[in-house]
Amino acid sequence: MSRDTQLGTPERGRLEAQTDEGAQELQPLNAAARERELVMTGGVWPDIDDTMIINMGPQHPSTHGVLRIMMELNGETVLRAKPVIGYLHTGMEKTGEELTYVQGGTNVTRMDYASPLSNELVFALAVERLLDVDVPERATWIRMMLVELNRMSSHLLFQATNGMDLGAVSMMIYGWRERERTLRLLEMITGLRMNHNFIRPGGVAADLPDDWRLETLELCEQVEAGVREYDELLTENPIWRERTVGVGHITTEQALALGATGPILRSTGFAWDLRKAQPYLAYDAVDFDVIYTENGDVFDRFQIRLYEILESIKIVRQCVDAMPAGDYRAQDRKVTPPPRERIDESMEALIHHFKLFTEGFRVPPGETYATVESPRGEIGCYLVSDGSAKPVRLHIRGPSFYNLQSMDAMVPGALFADAVAIISSLDPIMGEVDR
Amino acid sequence: MPDADTDAREPDHEVSDAEPSRPEPSRPVADEVAAAVVGRFPGTVFADSHGQAVVYVERAHWHDVAEYLRDSEQFTQCMDVTAVDHLVDTARDVPDGVIGERFEVVANFLSHPRNRRIRAICEVPAGEPEVASLVDLYPGLAFAEREVLDLFGLVFAGHPDPTRILMPDDWIGHPLRKDDAPARVPVTFKGDPSPR
Repeated sequence: MSRDTQLGTPERGRLEAQTDEGAQELQPLNAAARERELVMTGGVWPDIDDTMIINMGPQHPSTHGVLRIMMELNGETVLRAKPVIGYLHTGMEKTGEELTYVQGGTNVTRMDYASPLSNELVFALAVERLLDVDVPERATWIRMMLVELNRMSSHLLFQATNGMDLGAVSMMIYGWRERERTLRLLEMITGLRMNHNFIRPGGVAADLPDDWRLETLELCEQVEAGVREYDELLTENPIWRERTVGVGHITTEQALALGATGPILRSTGFAWDLRKAQPYLAYDAVDFDVIYTENGDVFDRFQIRLYEILESIKIVRQCVDAMPAGDYRAQDRKVTPPPRERIDESMEALIHHFKLFTEGFRVPPGETYATVESPRGEIGCYLVSDGSAKPVRLHIRGPSFYNLQSMDAMVPGALFADAVAIISSLDPIMGEVDR
Repeated sequence: MPDADTDAREPDHEVSDAEPSRPEPSRPVADEVAAAVVGRFPGTVFADSHGQAVVYVERAHWHDVAEYLRDSEQFTQCMDVTAVDHLVDTARDVPDGVIGERFEVVANFLSHPRNRRIRAICEVPAGEPEVASLVDLYPGLAFAEREVLDLFGLVFAGHPDPTRILMPDDWIGHPLRKDDAPARVPVTFKGDPSPR
């Protein structure tokens, strides 16, 4: 079957007829398009026609991967920006349809590579809801602890890159140092620094190792000390404040309209955190605060992520104290593999093990949408099953994908150098944007 | 190509004998928002999907339902718009009263003041893959609808910038359609025998 006869050709013509910009190109706006742009972003257009269009990326070091931004400039003032994405598109949603639910975790964990455990968690929650499987309490608490550790490592990565983008290069080294410690603990628990595939439908892959309490508490102390250090280094630093305060302002209304979630929405004074609002796992059993600020600028987003690390430490410490005993995965032979020892003595167990890892388990027909508060905002998993061992549709709502659009509302009027600060404050992970 | 990978789906390994429970068609709509939508827009069907409220909306009402949810029911954010291609489904799960078409457009709405969600699903036939755009109501859907357009070839009428977003501009075909075979792009791996 040739591609041309298959589909798309009539639509393609229609597409070309409909767009007034041409595919993925930025041209000076005509009057009608300017009107539309103003309604959406609230920007101010100068009364001149002499603007310049400049491309930033996709290989610019401050674009966090392969993001390309086209900006229309008036002198050094940015009038608007259009993110062009897709350079990292690897068809992960299509791949997800080719993998069984057992294999699916290895796929979704690679989307948001800075917080892989959130991806695994949201996928596992969606599959478990379709399967109607109950997860043991210990597995829930292990998951919660891991996700919070991952939130710490993700926000530490942000502190590092944000500092680097704004010229505070020593901050990059400090942020990386604490992040590496966090990843080392995650490696000790899950076996891998990143892309863990540790949270799986039915529970987690393995029980916590010996000495995990000691190591985790030690890490909490180290990271806490590190965060105090960053606070001292940056928060009252006049150069830092000069670069960030009042830059990239966004209002609650704009953030809501543009689909922004997570620290971006919370920086506008809107205290919305799914962990509090719609608790999943055992978040209603731990004590923590939702960090939010009022100004909606780059500085506020930096502050939110800084103090969220401290809240995560608080949760991790409570997890260490309250970690219940019991199973780390549901003992449902159709979903989770039997213990290794059982395989030696039971033919049934061997068959279950073999079936599970060759053809996977079947999920009853249905559809569901699971959500989790990832470090970047609401990550959602829309999962459709037709009763086979592979999903019909696996869609991940990547928070970065939506957050990137709020740049539209942040850049008008900013200086070109501020655009770098704004992109950095969005903390986009391109693996999740492009999937 | 309906026989995509039947070898991986052995029929004799069943999880359970029980049929998944389906919503009764005559049951009154338990969800207040869904009840309001069903009462207001004829042809709308309510379904309870694992505890989540879902309304199956007719294509003609797609934009009106979103506008109603936003303006009258305080659904402040539309979290996500995506689509599903049901070309090769072996067991299609559609509530009674809904005629299953090849494509489904799915929108997830979230109300912050009421702290609740609702999902709207619209059946879109393969012959006329077009549905109203919701970008004028929720500007944040601009990327999401471009993604659906790009990967499924569904046209959103009224979208301000209907261009490809993830695939290259000159790409032919829509990768997430079930009849678009994976891994057929000639890449630099010379001698790669065939798509897997």
